[in-house]
Amino acid sequence: MYEFEFVKPGSVADAVTALGEEDAQVLGGGQTLIPTLKQRLASPGKLVSLAGIAEMQGVSTDDAGRICVGGGTVHADVAANAGGYPALAGLAGNIGDPAVRARGTIGGSLANNDPSACYPAAALASGASIVTNAREIAADDYFQGMFTTALDEGEIITEVKFPVPEAANYQKFEQPASRFALVGVFVAKYADGVRVAVTGASQEGVFRWRAAEAALSADFSADAVPEAPAADGMISDLHGTAAYRAHLVAVLTRRAVAACG
Amino acid sequence: MSQVTMTVNGKEMSGDAEGRTLLSQFLRDTLGLTGTHVGCDTSQCGACVVHVNGQPVKSCTMLAMEAEGADVATIEGQAAPDGTLNTIQQAFQDHHGLQCGFCTPGMVMSAAALLKENPKPSEAEIRDYLEGNICRCTGYHNIVKAILAASGQDVGSIAAE
Repeated sequence: MYEFEFVKPGSVADAVTALGEEDAQVLGGGQTLIPTLKQRLASPGKLVSLAGIAEMQGVSTDDAGRICVGGGTVHADVAANAGGYPALAGLAGNIGDPAVRARGTIGGSLANNDPSACYPAAALASGASIVTNAREIAADDYFQGMFTTALDEGEIITEVKFPVPEAANYQKFEQPASRFALVGVFVAKYADGVRVAVTGASQEGVFRWRAAEAALSADFSADAVPEAPAADGMISDLHGTAAYRAHLVAVLTRRAVAACG
Repeated sequence: MSQVTMTVNGKEMSGDAEGRTLLSQFLRDTLGLTGTHVGCDTSQCGACVVHVNGQPVKSCTMLAMEAEGADVATIEGQAAPDGTLNTIQQAFQDHHGLQCGFCTPGMVMSAAALLKENPKPSEAEIRDYLEGNICRCTGYHNIVKAILAASGQDVGSIAAE
């Protein structure tokens, strides 16, 4: 790693100020950023840790019944405390391994928007609101392609608000070495329709599978899931071809719907 | 350089660290606690697992400065001061839960975290919890047996595979 200065502000306002400096970079739980720094793929002058900001910690429920997760909340805490949204808690409890879950944060995952990360699927399928120090962004506007989001430089995710669906399930086909999703599908059934978000498959990052949403909104059953989407634009690597991933999208969607009961 | 202070195995310890100093480096090189092993240094293998404020973490993927003021537990603090092994360590010895021993500090610390959270885990729960701990001698079977035994459960039901 190149040398950098480390700071740990105690409030969102102080963190925003620190991030205003040139070459400053946010540090969530560091489970992606620290390995990246070790490979010298990034060289921030200053790392601004969000771990000391109490107002960004924890899981609560707001007046609208939404599950609200502080941006600095680690996966283990979401797994333990988001019981009001079991599919979300289950997803958090199956990210990485226990030691990674004790450090990695929801804000870090969503800000990084790794094309194979789990949380983007939950946020997009739930139509979550991503709250920052400056504004509130709808999930549909937030994800803008692999490792790309609507966040501005120095903008911090302070909270994520998840409307709780009538039924939901996340199916993850794990890449066994990294434990990232080779493909992951999150299905969420709301009163006004079904949302299906897919991670791990597309070169554009997480996406909504609209054909499945339309079919499942009309008939919420595993048999209603359409044929696999086209393989064009799917990720192809040594772990799986584009066609294989496209196939998995349909298989996992069927499993997720079936698991909703 | 600035000074970092943390409580390690119940004792307050301080040392100099750079921003980029990893917790694993700080424990090993600065504090001389070389029981925490660095295997892959890419957060895959889990040999470097220690507890920070009661939670298992990969110390190669946490900065020393992030642990400022924290309560850290390492493998050195597991046995009694007279060297008597704790229940988990003794079970690893009794069930031959190690071959070369390189992964053992991380395995023991992960096992301790598991048993604190789930005092009577099933075999499947143990295997699932150890997902982030790699043993290159492929000794998983006896490690799982040792953890089952340490939890006070019968290990006879696990057939050798």
